[in-house]
Amino acid sequence: MFLSPGRKKTVHCVGGSNSNWALRAVACSFALLVNRIDAQSPTNIFAPAATPAHSIFNLSMLVFGVTLVIFLVVAGLLLYALIRYRHRPENSNHEPAQIYGSNQIELSWTVIPILIVVVLFLSTTRVILGTQAIPEPDSAMNVTVIGHQFWWEYRYPQSGVVTANELHIPTSDPAHPTPTYLTMSSADVAHSFWVPRLAGKTDVIPNKINTMWIDPAQAGLYLGQCAQYCGTQHAKMLLRVYAQSPADFAAWINQQEQPAVQDFAGNAAAAEGQVVFMRNACINCHAIKGTVATGRFGPDLTHLASRDTLASGAVENTAENLRKWIDNPNSIKPGSLMPSMHLNNHDLDVITAYLTQLR
Amino acid sequence: MSTTHVVDGIDETLTPLQGRPPLNVVYEWLTTVDHKKIGLMYIAYALIFLIVAGVEATLMRIQLAIPNNHFVSPQVFNQLFTMHGTTMVFFVGMPILFGFGNYLVPLMIGARDMAFPRLNAFSFWISAFAGVLLYFSYVGASGLYAAGSAPDVGWFAYAPLTAKVFSPGHSTDYWTLAVFLSGIGSIGTALNIVTTIICMRCKGMKMSRMPLLVWLYLVMASLVFVAVSPLTAAQIMLTFDRYIGSHFFDTQAGGSAVLWMHFFWIFGHPEVYVLVLPAFAFVNEIVPVFSRKAIFGYPAMVAASVGIAFISLSVWAHHMFTVGMGAAANTFFVFATMVISVPTGIKIFNWLATIWGGHVIFRTPMIFCVAFLFQFLVAGLTGIMLSVAPFDWQLGNSYFVVAHFHYVLVGAILTALFGAFYYWYPKITGRMMSETLGKWHFWLFIIGFHLTFDFMHVPGLLGMPRRIYTYEAGRGWEGWNIIVGIGAIFQAAGTLCFVYNLIESYFKGKEAGPDPWDAWTLEWSTTSPPPDYNYAVLPAVRSRRPLWDLKHPDDPDSDYE
Repeated sequence: MFLSPGRKKTVHCVGGSNSNWALRAVACSFALLVNRIDAQSPTNIFAPAATPAHSIFNLSMLVFGVTLVIFLVVAGLLLYALIRYRHRPENSNHEPAQIYGSNQIELSWTVIPILIVVVLFLSTTRVILGTQAIPEPDSAMNVTVIGHQFWWEYRYPQSGVVTANELHIPTSDPAHPTPTYLTMSSADVAHSFWVPRLAGKTDVIPNKINTMWIDPAQAGLYLGQCAQYCGTQHAKMLLRVYAQSPADFAAWINQQEQPAVQDFAGNAAAAEGQVVFMRNACINCHAIKGTVATGRFGPDLTHLASRDTLASGAVENTAENLRKWIDNPNSIKPGSLMPSMHLNNHDLDVITAYLTQLR
Repeated sequence: MSTTHVVDGIDETLTPLQGRPPLNVVYEWLTTVDHKKIGLMYIAYALIFLIVAGVEATLMRIQLAIPNNHFVSPQVFNQLFTMHGTTMVFFVGMPILFGFGNYLVPLMIGARDMAFPRLNAFSFWISAFAGVLLYFSYVGASGLYAAGSAPDVGWFAYAPLTAKVFSPGHSTDYWTLAVFLSGIGSIGTALNIVTTIICMRCKGMKMSRMPLLVWLYLVMASLVFVAVSPLTAAQIMLTFDRYIGSHFFDTQAGGSAVLWMHFFWIFGHPEVYVLVLPAFAFVNEIVPVFSRKAIFGYPAMVAASVGIAFISLSVWAHHMFTVGMGAAANTFFVFATMVISVPTGIKIFNWLATIWGGHVIFRTPMIFCVAFLFQFLVAGLTGIMLSVAPFDWQLGNSYFVVAHFHYVLVGAILTALFGAFYYWYPKITGRMMSETLGKWHFWLFIIGFHLTFDFMHVPGLLGMPRRIYTYEAGRGWEGWNIIVGIGAIFQAAGTLCFVYNLIESYFKGKEAGPDPWDAWTLEWSTTSPPPDYNYAVLPAVRSRRPLWDLKHPDDPDSDYE
């Protein structure tokens, strides 16, 4: 029986530094690959469209690069060791050299990770401060966001507009930035505002005010959804952010500032619908500017017909869907907090005719 | 009862199962205070709940396979993910790891039982009751069709969703009470483990000569003490809010939702280290034996384990990066979380160095540990990504996080547990598990694991949040969700192989003898299975590997320590 005495053995430390560009090249190829695979995804975090999302993207490339290198080195060594040092028949009669440790090696693989941590930490701190600790510029537009179960309320304090579920903001020219600052809280439980292409998510919490900012340079529709479980219909609390050129945005907000359409000359159904609406419990939850409806529990309906979707993005805003929703919200969004109003067919028809006029 | 029959200090009077009336056997198990039987009951209990929670997961994956699916209602889905998470953490993870600890720790320190055998039994039975209580909620008030009052607030039950006004009825209370009782059981077992390790080591076994498994269980149990208390306190406060009009977390009356998050995560983060440290323990025992080398860097391994436990108490708010704590707080928790990667990395490097220069034998326990090493490495690296707070602002609460923590829980912890089953099954039952079935289990499970959890990262990167019962088409998430679902089938198949192996090997497995793996720690010096009293004569040790010293008297470890 042969025995090798235990003795200390030095092992060459496999190391090597990669210059920054190689790291980034590898990390970027990975990002491009994912991008390619789902170039169509409107919520791809690797397709940033605003400064917060951009700075996160850049930082994430560094992190991917570092972790990829660590993975290749360690997994590579592991794979090599498992193959090179596998048990062979000629090994059966003796045990290998018993190595209990090595101060130099153990020190090096303590120090090198500490250095990596320092680099990552400093890079991370820079982005945190650049996003969370910068003062709000005077050119910023303010929107107050209030999360509800299961819809989003938007108020524009600078113009008095109250709307719901579809957030319109002006684009921001990088040369003369006009970011949109969101001041957020919740009316009930914790939610989270997440539009991946614009910024990381920020939680929307009752009894707490959180702020974030976004500055998309390009006009378009940016999608997202609530990212903190908030109850039965958390899944359908969708986000739609319409970034519009300053001119388009001015036109939109001007229209939203107007009180609701009241003149239904030639549209008897809509006129009757308004009467039915105002005499029903609808007005307890919903507000329509310029009428007796001043409820705040549900979305503001003043310009309902100007929106693309209903029920916070759940369905397209068509007369048919609207009628179905009013008849029985649970048929579209089971667990929604709007009760079925149990209206008869005639009332449903006229109320739908009324609401579809509220552009 | 047969007469005792002792030969050469080894008790040969183990009464065969067939000869005894079933009621006697049942009574013996129900009233036992023997750490080995209690350990096995913990493990069996956990395996049953593993299957149940696995079914819950499969139902969720079917619902999520296509957009706007109608396989289950949103209400049922929300109950499924709540029950899946709560079950897996409290009624699978904790019991199975306490079970292995219960069985192995006294054996590995040369003791005859735990320090407090009756507390041991109490802890098991109260945890078992807690699990039954949680599942009774499915029946609840509305009958058996899974639409009763099972909790649907998520396993971390954020306030104020759990307030009476947002969660009427008693579903939340089932969650609170079940987890509370399970916490009491955990504290009892942790107390037992710590006391046993500190007070009942055999002669010559200084703390610096304990097997690493014992060290890791000592650290894990200490962490349980610190971690469970805040959760228990929070649950009491929540129950007060719900029933006697207090407002700790009641935001409608000025309470704080963030306060619940702090309480929960001060428990929640150390909890995940409680779950992973025993996985390290198993790997620490298996890898050296199957590499035929002593563990590399024993003192560093101990220091790293203790360091991980300490640091894990300071990182909890990395689960709250999006809550709006402010730049200073975020920065602190980034730093603390990154720091924990240093001792964790040291452990991985030590395992690598143990294998390096060895003679690696690829039997089933080892192949699971090899999978553990690669998978834990990946899990740790995605953890580093999440520790970068701005990146977490995108990835947090998305499927990327779900993929990350399942990589740890399934890819690291469950994988190491499978290895531990194959390794210690011969000791527990006296028979070897089938290598062939073991390899089938391994490959089916690993393929399924990677299909599910590798690809699960992608929807997270593409903006898919977690805890949604369905999703919109056109976001690029569909295909990935189908692949994730297919992986579940493979994992189920692998697990079936495993359960079949467990049962068949009990009756038909090859006889193992006391030391089938040529290992070096004390449990391999007694019979398989051990007698009730573990050791006829309490051992005395002179090094970390007492059986190595016995087998290599001309080159014992004690010369080098």
